[in-house]
Amino acid sequence: MSASVKTPWATDPATAGERRGARRRKGIAGNTLWFWVFVGPFVVGLLVFSYLPIIWSLVLSFFEAYNTATPSKFVGLQNYIDMLTDHNFLSSLGTFTIFAVFIVPLTFVLSLALALLVNQVKIARSFFRSVFFLPTACSYVVASLIWRLSIFNGVRFGLANTVLDWFGIDGIAWLSTVDPPWYWLPIVTVRLWLQLGFYMILFIAGLQRISPTLYEAAYVDGAKPGWQVFRYITLPQLRATSVAVLILNLIAAYQAFDEFYNLIGNVNYARPPLVYLYGISLGSIQDLGHGSAGALILAVIIMIVTLLQSRIFGFGKAGD
Amino acid sequence: MPAHVPNAGLSRRDLLKRTGSLAALAAFAAACGGNTGRPSSDSGGGGGAKVNLSQWYHQYGETGTQQAATKYAKAYTDANVSVAWTPGDYASKLSSGLLSTKGPDVFESQLNIGMVKSNQVVALDDIMADVKDDFQPGDLATNTVDGKIYGIRMIVDPQVIYYRKSLLDKAGIKPPETIDDLISAAKELTTNKVKGIFVGNDGGNALGGPALWSSGGTYLTDDHKPGFTDGRAAQAFGKLHELYASKSVLLGSPTDWTDPSAINQGLVAMQWIGMWAVPGMQKALGNDLGVFAFPALDAQGKPAVYSGGWTQFVSAKSPNVDAAKKFVKWLWIDKQDFQEDWSLNYGFHIPPRKSLAAKAAKLQSGVAADTVKLTADHGHTDNPAWTPKMGSAFTDLLTNVIKKGADPAAEITKAEKTVNAELSRLFG
Repeated sequence: MSASVKTPWATDPATAGERRGARRRKGIAGNTLWFWVFVGPFVVGLLVFSYLPIIWSLVLSFFEAYNTATPSKFVGLQNYIDMLTDHNFLSSLGTFTIFAVFIVPLTFVLSLALALLVNQVKIARSFFRSVFFLPTACSYVVASLIWRLSIFNGVRFGLANTVLDWFGIDGIAWLSTVDPPWYWLPIVTVRLWLQLGFYMILFIAGLQRISPTLYEAAYVDGAKPGWQVFRYITLPQLRATSVAVLILNLIAAYQAFDEFYNLIGNVNYARPPLVYLYGISLGSIQDLGHGSAGALILAVIIMIVTLLQSRIFGFGKAGD
Repeated sequence: MPAHVPNAGLSRRDLLKRTGSLAALAAFAAACGGNTGRPSSDSGGGGGAKVNLSQWYHQYGETGTQQAATKYAKAYTDANVSVAWTPGDYASKLSSGLLSTKGPDVFESQLNIGMVKSNQVVALDDIMADVKDDFQPGDLATNTVDGKIYGIRMIVDPQVIYYRKSLLDKAGIKPPETIDDLISAAKELTTNKVKGIFVGNDGGNALGGPALWSSGGTYLTDDHKPGFTDGRAAQAFGKLHELYASKSVLLGSPTDWTDPSAINQGLVAMQWIGMWAVPGMQKALGNDLGVFAFPALDAQGKPAVYSGGWTQFVSAKSPNVDAAKKFVKWLWIDKQDFQEDWSLNYGFHIPPRKSLAAKAAKLQSGVAADTVKLTADHGHTDNPAWTPKMGSAFTDLLTNVIKKGADPAAEITKAEKTVNAELSRLFG
């Protein structure tokens, strides 16, 4: 480069400084731009498909809205009063409670047990991990159909009934029998099959975060491997993971829809809140006012329960 | 220009910016789109001023039906009609479709007063005027609200009980005449391989209406009062529980009562099902097939046939109501050959037009002829004032009585409360 050619940064420090500032400003603007490029679509999606419907649902819940999403007859809190005194809605909350009582502890214990087993395996560890995780990739609808049509169908050639037949036991109409309530067996097992692997992975991640020195120290101190080590080291160290698993599990149970809807349909003895609300607002009844009120009541219940749970277990505290 | 030169024409950043926002826009547009079944307006080119119409069907079980529906739509020359065939939960998809202008222009369904009150369907009196007398009164009544006709009946689907003649003969049983006969026949026909009867995996909710009619009751009286509240109705619902509890009904079948697989595969001796399944049953069972109506509750009662079916409507939200009306008039009033094809060549349905029904050769012999006669003698059509919310309360009543053995009178009182609330909302 010849000396006669003026390079701007060499000859004019003042303009050079300005330029740098401009570049920095442009850099910030660029960052902002990229922030919006990456985050924007999700924000737009969240706004359009989540927040807007929630707000609209709030509006609808104060109106009489049959067959329309733009109602005109304001009814105040009447929809809320109707839903809170509707024995079907209350019994759907009862159904959910029974479901949660089955599914939450079962999932917790079984996925933890699976995680401990898979974590101890010395060979083909990733094979076992994948095998147990794979069902998570299956759709609830597809799994429910397999459960309903081939494993737990009520006729003599269903898989479960064929097995019973080997032992000379009469076939059972699994999904149609209310006394005893056999339908719970397919409902609970399908969800266990689908979600155990996912929670197992969470537990494995938790287990791998526990420092081996703790176990070594315990060994030196004379703790017996097995229950004692599990009870006093593994379990307390897994607290953050356990709480997360419990909360996720409970919320997932509240949102139960697919397996109920596809296994037994909209029946009054076993419909969780979402199936009932779907039936009145989006099914043929199209009563969007009552449906929205019910959905918001349910949302408030989920929030309260989650907050209580975090309070009790101390989720999100410093140090977790 | 070589690709690695950074400032060649379009900067990399600009390019990314543009493609990024394009992709976001496309994703957003795709998410908002959804298949309305309507052809896109600029796809034809040669269509000229023709309007596009979308026609919605539920999924018929018989092979060839979808092709037939498409064939009819293609044969219409005054508009581009596209058929949306809907497997699965048609009622829900239709309900949400009718909330917006993206829904169907013409669709099949069953009328309830809510559709009229919320202005979802248009009155069709003008196109029905000339042919009104050619329809059965029941098929007109089920589509009439406040004196206006809102739909054209496409097919009539009688629901009755079909049975294996050979199995009843072997057991020395005559077709039941009362509900008690039916219960004891079901018990006697049950072996360890074959159940007596299939009335649906829910245990017999489909029999609720017929049982009510067989006791002399009705869903709603003419002056808009609940008609299912007396002691005889309670007795009839109780009988349905007796049937369910007799351990002679098939439960948990892979297919439900609307599909003839259970009786065809020898799982049951009798099945509650519609006449649409007759060709399928005859193919599997030959002449080993008989039919009877839902039997009378007792000597004072009457047998009952549910005369269901499908009706064609024009959506009030359609941007082309007049063209849509013209199309449904063409297909379901003028084109008698298509109507005949639709009623007789796939499943069996009674053509709603008297003139067509009279010349339907396929329905003039065998069990089909018997079914047609039973429908004429004992048929009941839906009351359009019976809303889905009332229906849902009635289903809850049936589930509680049939499956859980709840007290029918107490359950009737609960359902009556919901029905009365609906009636006062609708009629004041």
